[in-house]
Amino acid sequence: MVEIWLIFLLLIMIIASVVAIEVNSKLSAIITLGIVGLGTSLAFLFMQAPDLAIVQFLFEIFAIVILVRAFINPTKHQDEKSGINKFLAVCTAIVLLLIVWQSLDMLKSLPEFGNPKMDTAQYYLDHGAAETGSANLVTSIILDYRAYDTLGEVTVLFTAILGALAILRVKSKKKVEVSE
Amino acid sequence: MILYLLCFILLLIGLYGVITKRDLIKIILSLAIMEYAANLFLVLFAYRKGGTYPILEEGREIAMMVDPLPQALVLTSIVIELGITAMLVALAVRLYQKYNTFDITKIRRLAG
Repeated sequence: MVEIWLIFLLLIMIIASVVAIEVNSKLSAIITLGIVGLGTSLAFLFMQAPDLAIVQFLFEIFAIVILVRAFINPTKHQDEKSGINKFLAVCTAIVLLLIVWQSLDMLKSLPEFGNPKMDTAQYYLDHGAAETGSANLVTSIILDYRAYDTLGEVTVLFTAILGALAILRVKSKKKVEVSE
Repeated sequence: MILYLLCFILLLIGLYGVITKRDLIKIILSLAIMEYAANLFLVLFAYRKGGTYPILEEGREIAMMVDPLPQALVLTSIVIELGITAMLVALAVRLYQKYNTFDITKIRRLAG
């Protein structure tokens, strides 16, 4: 049952992503991306990952707000036509189809859906509650067993936001210098 | 198997967009699609048939819980993706201010 729902969701997401890439209007493309992201969130919910679903939902809202704020300019709304190189597009499509065809064997060799290989995770499931005192085993892994990963994540996030602010600031700083 | 294939196709659609599109916005959107597909792929491995979410409660069996490890790692990667998207958007906005276009074939001049 879950599998059928997931196939349905993934088909919707594939259609939406094709639309998001091919549609001409910027606003439509960004909103269609929202369908893909919310579909991912719903898929996480189906696969029994409520924490992930909430985070993905928030991420999606933030991403859409950022994209719309940055790229949609109501005063001079113009959708410049982004022509694509037909030859390059056809070549890429053929190569990607070849990759799909070649990857069928690889996908068959993966563990079957519904039977995860749980070597490390079984230890976390068995001992997580006793060793960390957390009822939610996902948070016990993030904040205890793999706390250094989380530290690295926070560092990366901090650096990325700092970088974004630095990139956006350059012009205003120059203006201040000129005016002084 | 079919789920893995569909997820892989989603990833390749994103890759197609990154390679062929000239519009910077489309490239950022394609990158976001690839990120979703990669996250979904990892979580697909974690699912156990008839499993429950990995939160301990009264009367809940540990043996039937889904794998919490990919979920924890994907949680990390989702947050990083937000930072990456914000930084890409900032770069694109600066490029637009300088060149007045999002078309990457027209953005040729080096800084100066």
